[in-house]
Amino acid sequence: MSNLVIAEFAGDEIWSATLNTVAAAKEIGGDIHVALIGTDCDAAAAAAAKIEGVSKVLVCDDPAFTHQMAEAVAPKIAELAATYSHVLAPADTFGKNIMPRAAALLDVQQISDISAVVGPTSFERPIYAGNALAVVESAEKINVITVRMTSFEAVAAEGGSAEIEKVGGAEAQELSSFVGAEMTESERPDLATAKIVVSGGRGMGSGENFAILETLADKLGAAVGASRAAVDAGFVPNDYQVGQTGKVIAPDLYIAVGISGAIQHLAGMKDSKTIVAINKDDEAPIFQVADYGLVADLFDAVPELEKKLG
Amino acid sequence: MKVLVPVKRVVDYNVKIRVKADGSGVETANVKMSMNPFDEIAVEQAVRLKEAGAAEEVVAVSIGPQQAQETIRTALAMGADRGIHIKHDGEVEPLAVAKLLKAVVEKEGPELVLTGKQAIDDDCNQTGQMLAALLGWAQGTFASKLEIADGGAKVTREVDGGLETIQLKLPAIVSVDLRLNEPRYASLPNIMKAKKKPIDAHEPADFGVDPTPRLKTVKVSEPPPRQGGIKVESVDELVEKLKTEAKVI
Repeated sequence: MSNLVIAEFAGDEIWSATLNTVAAAKEIGGDIHVALIGTDCDAAAAAAAKIEGVSKVLVCDDPAFTHQMAEAVAPKIAELAATYSHVLAPADTFGKNIMPRAAALLDVQQISDISAVVGPTSFERPIYAGNALAVVESAEKINVITVRMTSFEAVAAEGGSAEIEKVGGAEAQELSSFVGAEMTESERPDLATAKIVVSGGRGMGSGENFAILETLADKLGAAVGASRAAVDAGFVPNDYQVGQTGKVIAPDLYIAVGISGAIQHLAGMKDSKTIVAINKDDEAPIFQVADYGLVADLFDAVPELEKKLG
Repeated sequence: MKVLVPVKRVVDYNVKIRVKADGSGVETANVKMSMNPFDEIAVEQAVRLKEAGAAEEVVAVSIGPQQAQETIRTALAMGADRGIHIKHDGEVEPLAVAKLLKAVVEKEGPELVLTGKQAIDDDCNQTGQMLAALLGWAQGTFASKLEIADGGAKVTREVDGGLETIQLKLPAIVSVDLRLNEPRYASLPNIMKAKKKPIDAHEPADFGVDPTPRLKTVKVSEPPPRQGGIKVESVDELVEKLKTEAKVI
């Protein structure tokens, strides 16, 4: 067995999603190589070489890979994949965008969003928004896989000493081009990887009212999330969304404020270690999954909680 | 411009699904089925392009059992002009769907394919990207905004951490995300009119595609239920529990 992990990185930093993906490769077993496909990858390659368990880093550095457009990156992945039994990437918007394109080029049926490695060619994956778990067995020549990050504990970013090998670049492609990006700026931890998340729902009433959650989040060093209802109501941007159609997260502590607990929201946070729900409706479904439920007016309870954490 | 919209018949998103007792899959008999919600958004966008004069014809295509024609009728009632049904009973995987769609694209010659970003049953999120690969076309995944101008498509994508805008050459595949639009409800007159719109019927063999799944589903089970906890009486008690019992703060 030999695994190729497609790294997600920016500048000199390897994103933590890559570390979760390497963890999945480790469970599959065999060699683990990491591929960096992008531009100016040297610093990131040096960082990738230190990841625990990685024996080789492949660097594909070419201006054609700027912004990692799928039309350029997928053919490269398909080319590199030829000598591996497993090719893996995180099941975030990066991996979801490029991996199926690579799989189709290889004439392989991809295995999306695996939550457990059952055997070298057998994987568990959530279906129906996590309301069922399927175990699938693959007989494909190459297993193209995306990995649910929250299901695999990240390997250490330090401790390894992999060799770095430069491999070829790409033909320039003209199908697509990058125009721009509008990233949500925040001083807070990233929602996908934060240890503590404070989320608000429709009960918040307005976007302005999210300020009390932000104050609480800052006290806890937490990220701020939201339910789809709060996003649809225009309180906060879409990238705050936790749920089946947003981010699937599993922090140590999830505080759901004014969130009723629709199935679609629970699908995104029910694997959190400890769940707290604050809601004035004591019948709200969120209380069925909460470790600690507090039936109270959130506009009283949240400021009080923030003060008492002092 | 012709727009092709693949639509999938899935268990309605409001239904609480049940895993079959023998672990072979999820119960779909006698369960309310609907168009995949993301595909509805794709149909809506295609119809809006037509209404805005940017598209001349909208063709809905579905791969599935006989009843998938109902899903196509829904698309026709929303404003699609005609349908193509590729009849197949049983599971069909994204790669096979992409191969069938490729054959349909080659026959129909659309300049734009609008797909849902994923189906809410298998949650694969693959078909659009695979189709783009097989056709050698540009792809714009998870679109929250789409503008067609000057022989190209400008797509704003929902990515982790924010939004990204890319420019695609046409023909292209765009997979749509939730915020692109809010799909309309079909009016009764339009539902009646949809009954008269044509649906071409085919089988996978007509396109030389073998839809046999590559992956074997060994077992489907329910996830372990999360145990509910306790209700606390006050913020003080909550803070106490978080500190001493859960030890998370």
